[in-house]
Amino acid sequence: MSACAEGEPSRAPIPMERPEAEPLSASGSCQAGEAEAEAGSGPAAEEPGGRAAGTMMEDCLSKKIEITVSEAEKRTGRNAMNMQEIYTAYLIETRAVESQTEGQCSPPDSLWRRYSEFELLRNYLLVNYPHIVVPPLPEKRAEFVWHKLSADNMDPDFVERRRIGLENFLIRVASHPIICQDKIFYSFLTQEGGWKEMVNETGFQLKAESRLKALNATFRVKNPDKRFTELKHYSDELQSVISHLLRVRARVADRLYGVYKVHGNYGRVFSEWSAIEKEMGDGLQSAGHHMDVYAASIDDILEEEEHYADQLKEYLFYAEALRAVCRKHELIQYDLEMAAQDLASKKQQCEELATGTLRTFSLKGMTSKLFGQESPEQREGKIKVLEEQIHDGEEQLKSKNVEGREFVKSAWADIERFKEQKNHDLKEALINYAVMQISMCKKGIQVWTNAKECFSKM
Amino acid sequence: MINQYKFEDEPELKDLFITVDDPESHITAIETFITYRVVTKTSRGEFDSSEYEVRRRYQDFVWLKSRLEEAHPTLIIPPLPEKFIMKGMVERFSDEFIETRRKALHKFLNRIAEHPTLTFNEDFKIFLTAQAWELSSHKKQGPGLFSRMGQTVRAVASSVIGGGVKDRPDMFTDINDYMETFNQKINLIDKISQRIYKEERGYYCEMKEYGPIHTLWCASEEDLVDSLKGVASCIDKCCKATENRMAGLSENLLPALHEYVLYGEILTGVLKRRDQIQADLDSKVDALSNKKTEKDLLTEEIGNLEDKVECANNALKADWDRWKQNMQHDMKTAFLNVAENNIHYYEQCLATWESFLTSQTVDLHLGEDSEDKP
Repeated sequence: MSACAEGEPSRAPIPMERPEAEPLSASGSCQAGEAEAEAGSGPAAEEPGGRAAGTMMEDCLSKKIEITVSEAEKRTGRNAMNMQEIYTAYLIETRAVESQTEGQCSPPDSLWRRYSEFELLRNYLLVNYPHIVVPPLPEKRAEFVWHKLSADNMDPDFVERRRIGLENFLIRVASHPIICQDKIFYSFLTQEGGWKEMVNETGFQLKAESRLKALNATFRVKNPDKRFTELKHYSDELQSVISHLLRVRARVADRLYGVYKVHGNYGRVFSEWSAIEKEMGDGLQSAGHHMDVYAASIDDILEEEEHYADQLKEYLFYAEALRAVCRKHELIQYDLEMAAQDLASKKQQCEELATGTLRTFSLKGMTSKLFGQESPEQREGKIKVLEEQIHDGEEQLKSKNVEGREFVKSAWADIERFKEQKNHDLKEALINYAVMQISMCKKGIQVWTNAKECFSKM
Repeated sequence: MINQYKFEDEPELKDLFITVDDPESHITAIETFITYRVVTKTSRGEFDSSEYEVRRRYQDFVWLKSRLEEAHPTLIIPPLPEKFIMKGMVERFSDEFIETRRKALHKFLNRIAEHPTLTFNEDFKIFLTAQAWELSSHKKQGPGLFSRMGQTVRAVASSVIGGGVKDRPDMFTDINDYMETFNQKINLIDKISQRIYKEERGYYCEMKEYGPIHTLWCASEEDLVDSLKGVASCIDKCCKATENRMAGLSENLLPALHEYVLYGEILTGVLKRRDQIQADLDSKVDALSNKKTEKDLLTEEIGNLEDKVECANNALKADWDRWKQNMQHDMKTAFLNVAENNIHYYEQCLATWESFLTSQTVDLHLGEDSEDKP
């Protein structure tokens, strides 16, 4: 992969070298990440050459390297409390796209990661890119299961579906114009050892907003951007309707399984019955065989449908990612409102001190009335302090305003990108569902046509 | 619901057409019961009129059956629907129960009409033609149910105590063995089919809820309205198709299977009665070899009984062949019907999903064209 990168210094700032070297671009993702966390502005404003995020698609990591999660393996290890545990490790393979088109088939680079490391990566991205709708991970535990599917995390079918989900997650991140450039993400794909320590050293956990603070902001913010309020409402609806859909789909699957499987009982009984029949025997026996085929066919059909359910689940979890962006906006806005309020109250205090009039009731005013006025020197001192504070406050308010506006701008850009992606993906998922139904119907017609022929020979 | 007046075998030779319909509830001080309208159309000379309409209740059918069994002990008299099924949640006078019973009673009378011997039975004719009071007075004459019961009780007792009848012709042992296995299998198939019906009904209920969720989703997705509405509509259509499939089961396969489940007991009874007739003969023969006196009387009796046994055997043999043929035909028809219903079901669903897919891919191609524009 390094061979590939060196040939293209003119390309956009995507660090292709090993993380030990300095990143090519000025806005190396590591720095940008940290800067973003504090200022809340998107890299769109900082990009050298001022390129907008839209045209970055061309240069996304996903176009450069092919990422697959190709295997899953059971491992034993020791957990944090030094107790033995069994977990599943997933093999991530990366291969430069270029090397394939040139006819070379170089072996992929690979490393093993477990689910908790994926979670760590995602949490890091959430904290450092709060204006981005961060792709969700596949579910931690199997939910919306219908009776035949086990809810066991070690079940091979679950592990297989999770493998696909994790691969999907990595590709989504790699296809995102902004987060694909992140250095930590790149190391996740390429550096097996020491990655966890590297992530923790960034200190991102400290930057994470507390849930309590976020909740407080949600309730107290006075003027959030209307679009974010609508977005929150939308994400609630999305979550609610997809959950409902998945629940009923599981019940439908259950019943469908029942219908098919009970037909399998015909097979055995027809066979036994055919033993006592002279003319009907052959027809019964062969019809019974087709009933067995019919009963067996449902397993593949429902396994495929599970993948469809996973596609919907991804957007169920995306709803939470949308809400996270809304929460960040509320926090920033609340912060801004508090700062403005504070500034206004300081200005008022200053004015009151200067003019000696009391506009509103204040404890200070009362105490000064009770215990006598302050000396002119004291008052001057106070006014001076306040004036300094007001000056700082005004500067802060300005930058907070900028921060707020930048956040709204870059977040909304990503939300638009997300909306397009969602519309495309969901439409495709629905089409896939239709394709599956068609396949199921065709199989059904074939089996019953065969059975009909057998019955006619009875 | 439509085509229940199935004409068996040769429609051209049929000269007796019977229908059972129009259940009506009657409430008296003592009891509540249902009567059914029995309409007969015939060209036969022995009938005074060419059309009759009478009302009969379940009790009347039971009376007819017992009269037929008495008159023809070794003929296979068709089954009546059960008196009242305790299992399940069907109430005694629920519409479902009444309809199932009505269909079975219709089948019962038509089977008798098609039977070469039973169709000319006098009690059958009276059943079809007599007014209510005429039937009541006719019923009071002649041997009642009790003598019939006695015969079967003896038959059952002898078969239990005496074991198999000695010298029972192989043919009837074979029939007995066959019926043992057949009964077992038909009962299983009956249960399996009822279970399938239940699962299909459950599927139908869930699908009914599944479709509308997609329509609900439309409310929050402007750009996906077409796709979602399309899917909702497909699911609703498949739901309807499932309903048709279920109706096919409940109208054809289930009643057919159930009739043959009931035939199991009937055949067992017929075989026992035949054995009893033979047993009577055998005991008289034994008596002859033991007794010194009354030899002539006994010999005459034995002669009569020998004739009786031969008649009974022949009647049963012929009826058995006929029953087997009917069974083969009925089972074949019933299962062919199931296969056809399923094919039709899947074809309907296929058509609806394919048309949805066409509409979506057309849209996609249009969409892609517009995206290519710089």
